[in-house]
Amino acid sequence: MEAHAAKSPVAPPRARQLRLPGVGAGLGRGVVVLYLSLFVLLPLAALLDNSLSEGIGHFWSQVSSGQAKRSLELILVCSLIVVAINAVFGTIVAWLLVRDNFPGKSIVNAIIDLPFALPTIVASLILIQLWGNKSPVGIDIALTRTAIVVALCFVTLPFVVRAVQPLLIEMDREMEEAAASLGAGGFTIFRRIIFPNLLPGLAAGVALAFARALGEYGSVLLFAGGKPDTQVASIFIGQQIETGNEVGASAVSIVLLAMALVCLLIITLIQRWGSRHERSQVNLAANPVITGAAPQGGDERE
Amino acid sequence: MSRATQSRWGLRFLGLGYIAVLLIAPLILLFYKTFEDGLAAPFEAITSADGLHALKLTLLTVAIAVPLNTIFGVLCSLLLVRHKWKGNWLIDAAINLPFAISPVVIGLSLFLLYGRQGWLEPGLAEAGIKILFSTPGIILACIFVSVPFVVRETVPVLQEIGTEQEQAAETLGANAWQTFWRVTLPAIRWGVAYGVVLTTARVLGEFGAVSVVSGNISGETQTLPLFVEKNYENFNLPGAFGAAVLLALLALVVLMAMNLLKRKEAA
Repeated sequence: MEAHAAKSPVAPPRARQLRLPGVGAGLGRGVVVLYLSLFVLLPLAALLDNSLSEGIGHFWSQVSSGQAKRSLELILVCSLIVVAINAVFGTIVAWLLVRDNFPGKSIVNAIIDLPFALPTIVASLILIQLWGNKSPVGIDIALTRTAIVVALCFVTLPFVVRAVQPLLIEMDREMEEAAASLGAGGFTIFRRIIFPNLLPGLAAGVALAFARALGEYGSVLLFAGGKPDTQVASIFIGQQIETGNEVGASAVSIVLLAMALVCLLIITLIQRWGSRHERSQVNLAANPVITGAAPQGGDERE
Repeated sequence: MSRATQSRWGLRFLGLGYIAVLLIAPLILLFYKTFEDGLAAPFEAITSADGLHALKLTLLTVAIAVPLNTIFGVLCSLLLVRHKWKGNWLIDAAINLPFAISPVVIGLSLFLLYGRQGWLEPGLAEAGIKILFSTPGIILACIFVSVPFVVRETVPVLQEIGTEQEQAAETLGANAWQTFWRVTLPAIRWGVAYGVVLTTARVLGEFGAVSVVSGNISGETQTLPLFVEKNYENFNLPGAFGAAVLLALLALVVLMAMNLLKRKEAA
């Protein structure tokens, strides 16, 4: 349909301006900007203002204080470990869902999204039941750093699976068949053909998962707790709020926010690169978690 | 057994084992733990005054935050896709912000804006409006965290359907509202619905942002996820598990709706 529209002679440019019902484009834009400013940007401006309210020197001393720095380092390291684990297992699961057939496949496919649907505090509660001191399998990792990794693996699993899956569906199997007929083994085919084709989706999924992991709070709270050695940045911020050190909390928040924004920027760059190579377009539209799938303003055919 | 079959079984073992250990086992254990001593205790906890109040408050936030973000989302998607403007990239970037921000940080920024020394505090105090530690603060937190979902689901669908039918409708004399209700909305409805489901799930389960702004007062500013936490910390496990199971059941309904809508969208 899109191809058809692109072929149709000249799209009437006048008609395009009429398409916003009730309000004109200008008023509509005003409403959208006001809504975003009031509900999203204004609070964030207050956060930035507060973090710098006692000067940049105070900001740095808050961020670089022992506990703050440790909590930021801890969440960075844990998030890196988690996205590495989920990059591997997420790709395997996506491969199984697309290329394999096994009983219960549609249930597995549906349950992948469970971490999106399940409240994070419930995730925390059930993880501590399974892997806590009352563990039915006798493995107690609650209130340790391993618990942080497990909780983050739980909440970020769908990001990678759902980013890779559509690319695998779209992939042309003739290439693999050709490689196989030329004598390539399974691993060579994966390394030389499948993996390069999955890379844009995998990278976007990993970046999204990383951004999510950096800020995760609820699922870590009960399971990993807030002991000095398991205190990730979000928990540290929560504790600073409770003890009334709002400037310290907002300073660490700004650093955490900056790290996540870098992730979003990377996703956008990957998408630009992907759309230039006509690869990752599909996956990002189909990713239920959505992404920075940025419509680059206006109708793409213009 | 050939090498290909061997590696297939190997991958099945790894992939399905991971899903089983990480997702399925905890979920089954949740239901088992809740109901191992019978239905009475968890049921009593949910139907206690505090439990019912938490449920009502949670549903109220859904009833306000979800429609607001849906209307905003559809309007915003139409603007981003159909109306070229040099500021669109900025709107787009601002919409993605809640994905990049930790829930606690969202709570904190609202806390600072409406709190004791916040920018808006003088005016609000004078008008006698209480935002923090009351229902409006909880709703604001839920709106913030769930702003992006409808937009992110609707934009790709709008791009995909193109403008041909809308132009045809206009050529035939339909006005903007008629075109929207009869042509555009029916074409994007499953995408919008999917976004609404994701928004609802997020609002139902939001914990971090709400916990900072609500004060977590039982029977007053406690939503269901906060009810779970407080009961767990007070060692009232039947209460925590009863509410957790209720939230998990809602999550399963959300999962089913997601799958149904995906199929509709694909059809």
